[in-house]
Amino acid sequence: MALDTRTDRRPSFTGLLWHSTVGKKTAMAVSGIVMLLYLVVHMLGNLKIFFGAADFDAYAAWLRTIGEPFLHHEWFLWIARVVLLAAVLTHAVAAYQLSRRDIAARPMKYSHKRHRASYATRTMRWGGVILGLFLVWHILDLTTLTVNPRAASGHPYANVVATFSTWYGNVVYIVAMLALGLHIRHGFWSAAQTLGANRPGRDRVLKTTANLLALLLTVGFVSVPVAVMTGLVS
Amino acid sequence: MTAYTDYPTGAPVVDTKAPEGPIAERWDTRRFEAKLVNPANRRKHTVIVVGTGLAGGAAGATLAEQGYHVEQFCYQDSPRRAHSIAAQGGINAAKNYRNDGDSIHRLFYDTVKGGDFRARESNVHRLAQISVEIIDQCVAQGVPFAREYGGLLDTRSFGGVQVSRTFYARGQTGQQLLLGAYQALSRQTAAGNVNLHARTEMLDVIVVDGRARGIVARDLVTGRIDTYFADAVVLASGGYGNVFYLSTNAMNSNATAVWRAHRRGAYFANPCFTQIHPTCIPRTGDHQSKLTLMSESLRNDGRIWVPKAKGDARSPKDIPEDERDYYLERIYPAFGNLVPRDIASRAAKNVCDEGRGVGPGGQGVYLDFADAIARMGKAKVEEKYGNLFDMYARITAENPYEVPMRIYPAVHYTMGGLWVDYDLQTTVPGLFAIGEANFSDHGANRLGASALMQGLADGYFVLPSTINDYLARNPHHDEVDAGHPAAVAAVRETDERLAALLAVDGDRTPDSFHRELGELMWEYCGMARTEEGLRKALDRIPQIREEFWRRIKVPGTGEEFNQSLEKANRIVDYLELAELMCLDALHRAESCGGHFREESQTPDGEAARHDEEFSYVAAWEHGGSGGRPPGEHSAGTGAAPTLHKEDLVFEYVHPTQRSYA
Amino acid sequence: MRLTLRVWRQQNPDAPGAMATYDVDGISSDMSFLEMLDTLNEKLILAGDDPVAFDHDCREGICGACSLVINGDAHGPERTTTCQLHMRSFKDGDTIDVEPWRAAAFPVVKDLVVDRSAFDRIIQSGGYITAPTGAAPEAHATAVPKPAADTAFEHAECIGCGACVAACPNGSAMLFTSAKVVHLNSLPQGAPERESRVLDMVGRMDAEGFGGCTNTGECATACPKGIPLFSITTMNREFVRAARKGR
Repeated sequence: MALDTRTDRRPSFTGLLWHSTVGKKTAMAVSGIVMLLYLVVHMLGNLKIFFGAADFDAYAAWLRTIGEPFLHHEWFLWIARVVLLAAVLTHAVAAYQLSRRDIAARPMKYSHKRHRASYATRTMRWGGVILGLFLVWHILDLTTLTVNPRAASGHPYANVVATFSTWYGNVVYIVAMLALGLHIRHGFWSAAQTLGANRPGRDRVLKTTANLLALLLTVGFVSVPVAVMTGLVS
Repeated sequence: MTAYTDYPTGAPVVDTKAPEGPIAERWDTRRFEAKLVNPANRRKHTVIVVGTGLAGGAAGATLAEQGYHVEQFCYQDSPRRAHSIAAQGGINAAKNYRNDGDSIHRLFYDTVKGGDFRARESNVHRLAQISVEIIDQCVAQGVPFAREYGGLLDTRSFGGVQVSRTFYARGQTGQQLLLGAYQALSRQTAAGNVNLHARTEMLDVIVVDGRARGIVARDLVTGRIDTYFADAVVLASGGYGNVFYLSTNAMNSNATAVWRAHRRGAYFANPCFTQIHPTCIPRTGDHQSKLTLMSESLRNDGRIWVPKAKGDARSPKDIPEDERDYYLERIYPAFGNLVPRDIASRAAKNVCDEGRGVGPGGQGVYLDFADAIARMGKAKVEEKYGNLFDMYARITAENPYEVPMRIYPAVHYTMGGLWVDYDLQTTVPGLFAIGEANFSDHGANRLGASALMQGLADGYFVLPSTINDYLARNPHHDEVDAGHPAAVAAVRETDERLAALLAVDGDRTPDSFHRELGELMWEYCGMARTEEGLRKALDRIPQIREEFWRRIKVPGTGEEFNQSLEKANRIVDYLELAELMCLDALHRAESCGGHFREESQTPDGEAARHDEEFSYVAAWEHGGSGGRPPGEHSAGTGAAPTLHKEDLVFEYVHPTQRSYA
Repeated sequence: MRLTLRVWRQQNPDAPGAMATYDVDGISSDMSFLEMLDTLNEKLILAGDDPVAFDHDCREGICGACSLVINGDAHGPERTTTCQLHMRSFKDGDTIDVEPWRAAAFPVVKDLVVDRSAFDRIIQSGGYITAPTGAAPEAHATAVPKPAADTAFEHAECIGCGACVAACPNGSAMLFTSAKVVHLNSLPQGAPERESRVLDMVGRMDAEGFGGCTNTGECATACPKGIPLFSITTMNREFVRAARKGR
């Protein structure tokens, strides 16, 4: 007489995901990968700056025309912005909720301290916060131009040069990009773990890919302020 | 009061439940004759199960599946930690998957013979029959037995048996089988059919009008003592090897449940039948708290030796070949290092007693793989025994590939236990005992890989069938609650015993008494026993007990988590049980299986049985009343128990004397 | 050897706790760590003090009862259980910190003893195959490919000690839960309950107050039985698959 040991609930896919730690991590992994893909494109686009102001500004203008005539002017950009905003919010909200949970799950620290996990792993939370703050500044600086006193709409090349002509612009940007590198280094491999994509034979490939991605993105992004500082771009 | 050794002999005890007829049909006959409980009525019955090892876990899960309500107890923090988990080797089953001539009858024959003709044929045959179903059951539960490349189950030969009938999961068979039972139990716990009481230790049985109706148990976290009631009580609390202090049992394995049941009227059968395993890691000093077993498969390729000269302190490497005594090969040229467990153990003791033992305290012999490494190569040895070598290296910090291992026998299993009939019911109606807690199937010596088989057979198949008969024939008990005089008395006695332990406030720790008792038992009631030694022990035990109640120191209170109190209370029972073990060993003036009386040996030094005189089960009835104040009763010389004999009849396997020379 | 021990003492679940310092002398390097604590306790009892409470039982590394964080490491510096750690891993004069498992889901009972019943409840929520006694088909009716059998065994080795939770900075029980999910889900016998098992067990794990996994890998490093980190990866995959399919 085996008795049924479960109730017959049948929650939705999204409900199951959002209400469990594993599901929230899945949401973080997916949103993280969306952002990562965007960053790769963003970084490659940034490198256009080395071809001069005309090229770079034309590229920026072209971004607004993607999808025309099917899409209206700038619509693609707005769609991308909405998707990215959703990704950022999902990532941040899930991270916030999970972090609160994790901290509550380990209310008492060991009195004997020792670290084994890598620096990148241990700095995911603060790295995320730094990146979040940077994002706000970055948008205010180069998208809305609110905090970029010498900026002028429609002249992205000049605006970039203006930003990296100040010491604090360089410091903020470079620190954030180093944080980004660390974040991706653990985040990419972690996403693969979370999505169940890792396997014994694949672990090294994934870790190497994570390191390469982190390195390429950091170097790629940092190359712009360095170029401005060294006068290569002016 | 008569002296303890002047025990009276009472009426024979008879197993009234075992059916007559051809042995292969008896189990079917019994199941048919047994009354059943209507499925709709089962939920009205509560069964208490004490212990969550292979027997208890399997029984609790199965009874709950049948529809009974189960109250399940374990002293551990989780049912998954019961000591069945430590069994390494495997589980026997007469599947004959190898087509190597195995059969139910052969397993039956091997077990009766291996038990040196001191087990009941009916029980053993049933065990062999059920062995086949156990494997099916465990595989269905997802127990990851070793498999061959074709996906079918692998088996191996174990303990010198000529057929490969042992199923295994690397060296963790006990763990995997236990987790299977634990998971089945967990499923029933979630379904609300099992009410689990972890960290709760049974301290007494409540017997009302001659029937077991409940238990007294202590919540080990809060110290609260409570009563629990049921229609039947099942003890699955394991063996009593920890009487010896050092054994391969878990630290907290104890005899309290069975001993308290014994004091409430359950007969204790063959208490002197203890098994000593030859291949354990020797102790390193007085700090030693327990011993670790290594699979006896090591004897397949290792050679056992000691130096020829007494007190030879040279490193084994420096002892030349002609100064070594490969004593098993010398004494038993036909079987060599593969003689049965009891013989290998005793031979090791003999050479150490001669002063030729090796290692700290001279309590060890070498188990040397140098020849095996030369013959098979290190890689092959590593493949076969790597995990055992690693375990040895971790514990001893010696590299067994370079230096011979040191081994010494250790107490491992107790064949004796509560007397039960074919239905596994004790002499107290409604009180059942299963697994190592009962005495039923192994006679005077248990074969390797048979303990797991018996625990699961009892738990999954035998008890859940036979308990119906008792419950059906005793349908409407009066309600019993904590206010019943029997319950009040049992709780009061328990309270008083614990209070007495706390009140002594002496100058010796519980462990110091346990160690003292253990050394005494090992010396006089261990591998080889003599009348003189046993009498010495029987004189000494009451003295230790008296000293215990005068000098024990138990810190703290009873109303809290108090591991010293738990320990001390278990020692109270060991101090009484040890006496019965010695008495049983004294009275059985023959050698059989794990019980070796030096007075009774063949000319070539082997165990000599005396079937005409001792072909019976010795079932002891407790002599003292349970009602006296605990301190007074336990400190004094116990009243002599009464011996009840159950004659053993062999219709199918005819007793022969073992010979390995 | 002479050692200084700093041990967490806490009278009961509600009492505040603190580290207390003890000196122990005459320690042999052949002693196990728990035998060293036995020695301390014998001394404490005779001095009229309360001995240090700690969980232990088989002392062979298989029951999973022992559970000490030694110098910040679950089960101490060697990859084994506390009971199989020997004093030869330490030096004369060392100071050793001994603490209980720390996790909200494992409240302290006394001193170094914690309540791990949350693990039992996780198993109760689905860590089994429904196979009532007597209903089993012949054992050879279903062949299990050796790789699947080996994977199942590798994960079934978990002893439920909780070192993974103790080592995890988030107090997560992912490795424990995944070990059971992967054990049962990789066998054909476990297939009928494959989806409900992972969903229910993860749900129970969350409800018990364990943290989430941030893939630090500390659990697998601390695991005395070598349950691999990939166990968690596989469970994640099973979870998303099950969530998609429904139960």
